[in-house]
Amino acid sequence: MPGITREEVAHLARLARLELKPEELDHFAGQLDDIIGAVARVSEVADQDVPPTSHPLPLTNVMRADEVRPSLTPEQALSGAPAQEQQRFKVPQILGED
Amino acid sequence: MTDSIIKLTAAETAAKIASGELTAVQVTEAHLARIEAVDEKVHAFLHVDREGALAQARAVDEKRARGEKLGPLAGVPLALKDIFTTVGIPTTVGSKILEGWIPPYDATLTKRLKDADVVILGKTNMDEFAMGSSTENSAFGPTGNPWDLTRIPGGSGGGSSAALASFQAPLAIGTDTGGSIRQPAAVTGTVGVKPTYGGVSRYGMVAFSSSLDQGGPCARTVLDAALLHEVIGGHDPLDSTSIDAPVPPVVEAARNGSVQGMRVGVVKQFRGEGYQAGVIQRFDESVELLRELGAEIVELDCPSFDLALSAYYLIAPSECSSNLARFDGLRYGLRTGDDGSHSAEDVTSLTRAEGFGPEVKRRIMLGTYALSSGYYDAYYGSAQKVRTLITRDFEKSFEQVDVIVSPTTPTTAFPIGERADDPMAMYLADLCTIPTNLAGNAAMSLPCGLAPEDGLPVGLQIIAPALKDDRLYKVGAAVEAAFVEKWGHPLLEEAPSL
Amino acid sequence: MTTTTDLVSYEDALASYDPVMGLEVHVELGTRTKMFCGCSTELGQDANAQTCPTCLGLPGALPVVNATGVESAIKIGLALNCEIAEWCRFARKNYFYPDMPKNFQTSQYDEPIAFNGYLDVQLEDGETFRVEIERAHMEEDTGKSTHVGGATGRIHGASHSLLDYNRAGIPLIEIVTKPIVGAGERAPEVAKAYVRELRELIRALGVSEARMEMGQMRCDVNLSLMPKGGDKFGTRSETKNVNSLRSVERAARFEIQRHAAVLSGGGTIIQETRHFHEDTGSTTSGRVKEEAEDYRYFPEPDLVPVAPSREWVEELRAGLPEQPLARRNRLREEWGVSAVDMQAILNAGALDPIVATIEAGADAAAARKWWMGELARTANETGVSLDALAITPEQVARVTALVAEGSLNDKLARQVIEGVLKGEGTPDEVVEKRGLKVVSDEGALTAAVDEAIAGNPAIAAKIRDGKVAAAGALVGAVMKATRGQADAARVKELILEKLGVSEG
Ligand SMILES: [Mg+2]
Ligand SMILES: [Zn+2]
Repeated sequence: MPGITREEVAHLARLARLELKPEELDHFAGQLDDIIGAVARVSEVADQDVPPTSHPLPLTNVMRADEVRPSLTPEQALSGAPAQEQQRFKVPQILGED
Repeated sequence: MTDSIIKLTAAETAAKIASGELTAVQVTEAHLARIEAVDEKVHAFLHVDREGALAQARAVDEKRARGEKLGPLAGVPLALKDIFTTVGIPTTVGSKILEGWIPPYDATLTKRLKDADVVILGKTNMDEFAMGSSTENSAFGPTGNPWDLTRIPGGSGGGSSAALASFQAPLAIGTDTGGSIRQPAAVTGTVGVKPTYGGVSRYGMVAFSSSLDQGGPCARTVLDAALLHEVIGGHDPLDSTSIDAPVPPVVEAARNGSVQGMRVGVVKQFRGEGYQAGVIQRFDESVELLRELGAEIVELDCPSFDLALSAYYLIAPSECSSNLARFDGLRYGLRTGDDGSHSAEDVTSLTRAEGFGPEVKRRIMLGTYALSSGYYDAYYGSAQKVRTLITRDFEKSFEQVDVIVSPTTPTTAFPIGERADDPMAMYLADLCTIPTNLAGNAAMSLPCGLAPEDGLPVGLQIIAPALKDDRLYKVGAAVEAAFVEKWGHPLLEEAPSL
Repeated sequence: MTTTTDLVSYEDALASYDPVMGLEVHVELGTRTKMFCGCSTELGQDANAQTCPTCLGLPGALPVVNATGVESAIKIGLALNCEIAEWCRFARKNYFYPDMPKNFQTSQYDEPIAFNGYLDVQLEDGETFRVEIERAHMEEDTGKSTHVGGATGRIHGASHSLLDYNRAGIPLIEIVTKPIVGAGERAPEVAKAYVRELRELIRALGVSEARMEMGQMRCDVNLSLMPKGGDKFGTRSETKNVNSLRSVERAARFEIQRHAAVLSGGGTIIQETRHFHEDTGSTTSGRVKEEAEDYRYFPEPDLVPVAPSREWVEELRAGLPEQPLARRNRLREEWGVSAVDMQAILNAGALDPIVATIEAGADAAAARKWWMGELARTANETGVSLDALAITPEQVARVTALVAEGSLNDKLARQVIEGVLKGEGTPDEVVEKRGLKVVSDEGALTAAVDEAIAGNPAIAAKIRDGKVAAAGALVGAVMKATRGQADAARVKELILEKLGVSEG
């Protein structure tokens, strides 16, 4: 596996919405490279014909009946909001879609 | 008076309250006084809910006065890891990003504690979002190990283990994603149990890695842990991964400790390089003790365990990168940079940069990497295959033995700051505990003595198959009784007074 | 959205290129509760009044699957002739957006609950076209944002936005077609017919009202062109949220013309999302996918796999209603109407009311006549849909019964319907209150006829002379005198009788 570059770290940070400082990019590039280098061993089993395990217990079909349960009150729902207006969460301008 | 109350076990405390020898208010006040006296040094608590605890204690006393039947832990104080939501009490998960957040809902576990009349003293310190093995990653400062305040109390649940070991509470709650209940128990000389995955509801427990996280009981004795396990365990329709079956008979098992005729496995992968000599010495003595108590010892080979740590450090960060995406500064918690010049996207990035500590960021980045297209198969996909192999190694082993034992941690408590800048060294603390999380089965840590070289507690880990949590208590109770008899007193009596 | 877009004529575009379409339709299910929590889905409630820790994405909250959501997904899959997965999982689609509380959407990725099906659709002229279905999967809706401070609530120039999460977590079924090739110039029409047929199907299944104008059904139109005779698909554009049948057709048509203009000019199509504008019928560039979207899908660890038993699937299959197209064809034969007339009935939304009226005892022709005539006109004038009119199929059937037994004539029947629509009561009550009854009392009628003959001697004379057609004027006079309540046929009989002439 190739080492993790500073640019890759910057890309990951963008995907993960983390505003990293230049020195953090360098720091993380080194550390992630070390960690990935150490854990990459798992790919030893990549070509083994083994089913992946996503859930530790083999449960299936856990469902609930389509019955209404009480919601929070709007006051409770908004109780942690950093800003609110008209009983809605107030957020800075959204870019992107129009 | 205070001293005699705080040294009681939870079972003893409950009995004295039920008989009227003590009131719940007296018990609560004694613990609040203890917290007042020592927690400045230990820093086990992030938030002490003095008024709430006393109100709850008064309610228990009133109940008793009315002649109502009290539950087995009614009036017993408990320290709750700050990862479970509590109505009206801040829940921070040890993170600046949730500083001051007061949840509008109770976790299922919180509800069950309240319903059982357990007195919640407050919320305990932890590594931020349960990521860590030392509690140094808390945004609110580290917790000291009551055996040596310059050393770590384990993590992520170091606040809970330190509260127990410093007699600030007889019961505590932890969560265990890669060892965060057992490793702190081991390094503080207390008892901690990671139940079978799905045995304790995760509803209202802030998620780190959903397929690994499991809440569980922490205490100073095996019986106390069992009593607490029974209160918090059992099916919860609000958690789709909750087991729809009765809690295994853990209390009965804890009251009838025995290893007579049991087959106990020792995995050869759980020793060697990186293990402290004194830890191995105490472990070997424990195995010898088990043999003396009538167990048959079986050597086991679990080759896939060598890959467990690697698989864990791909799966847990991957899930965490997704679970922690919701902390975006828009609906609750910290918001940074909302000065009119930044977009929502920028505010989210600034908030997360400021609100998360380095270890959390590191794992989010790692998980984002492991899940990204082009790397998924090699990393996340392979890690899930390793998970299957580990489960198979356990299944094969449990065809030959009833339980497996190992050291809980490779070393005793290390000094605060020692591994702070070396994530890989820190990750090694969970070497023996991680396979259990990956497979979903149950495990316990209990004290097995002090390491000769540093005089610090060593933990013995007992591992049982999924859904057989009661075996942990049966074996644990037998080992505990034998050790206490051998030492002449519980191990914690050797801890320095604070 | 600045420059005007170059277009080539539709005919020229089709002369050089074959369109390839992919349609992605999101349907909001009509379940009582959300997909992963017990919050109500009722519309029109206060902002954020239908939210809970789970659909707000509060720390610690967990999802639990709505069984009716799964059942609806299976029904839709079966009705689309899909295979139903024996075992499938939910997956997390990770991306940040303020209207999505967890910053991942709980969806399905490589294991959809239904896959590999088809839907036959009928074009206006009755020709049938088979649209292949790639998959149908379960997911959840997002919250709603209101943009404040910009022009007319648009996102551009807004100073901030307000979020209401009542819609967040409402179950969605996403239905994705395989590439639709070979439709040629009829591609836009196929797109429209497909969405319409899908809407009929969803309604027939009773899993959603699928009202596009309310956002309960939303369509993304993916379109690319390949040179005529070629076999390699071109780069596609994705026109998002096209929310009426007419717009689906127009959006496809516009994109065909736009792509053709770009390609014939030697340009290349960039893969991007586009937005459709109802007012101009055009699309404009949205988000360019400069970095390939990386959703980092992985199996949702908080939900366990869904493994629908074959018994359950077969039980649901057995309970499926008749396919709408087959039903329309059957009714068309039974009623003896043309494909075009049937299409008109469908477009008017009159099919179900007519069927219900027939079921309530009306004659098929009469039921069609009232729904497609008087009632369709009223609905049109008042701008509501037929099923929103204040009259039930049972009431319409009652009116036709009164006509059939001779108590009402058509003119009176129209007045009865008008009265019912105005809320004056049932048809019988309106008849009673307004005194609307055909006068069949022979005495009264005879008197009125006598009066008419006496008052119009010249006309009477003509009739006596054999000009039977002139009787119409006397009938009119009688009808006027009886305020339209006489049976016109009987009046004519009486007049001829009195004047001693026989018809024919
Ligand atoms: Mg979708
Ligand atoms: Zn909800």
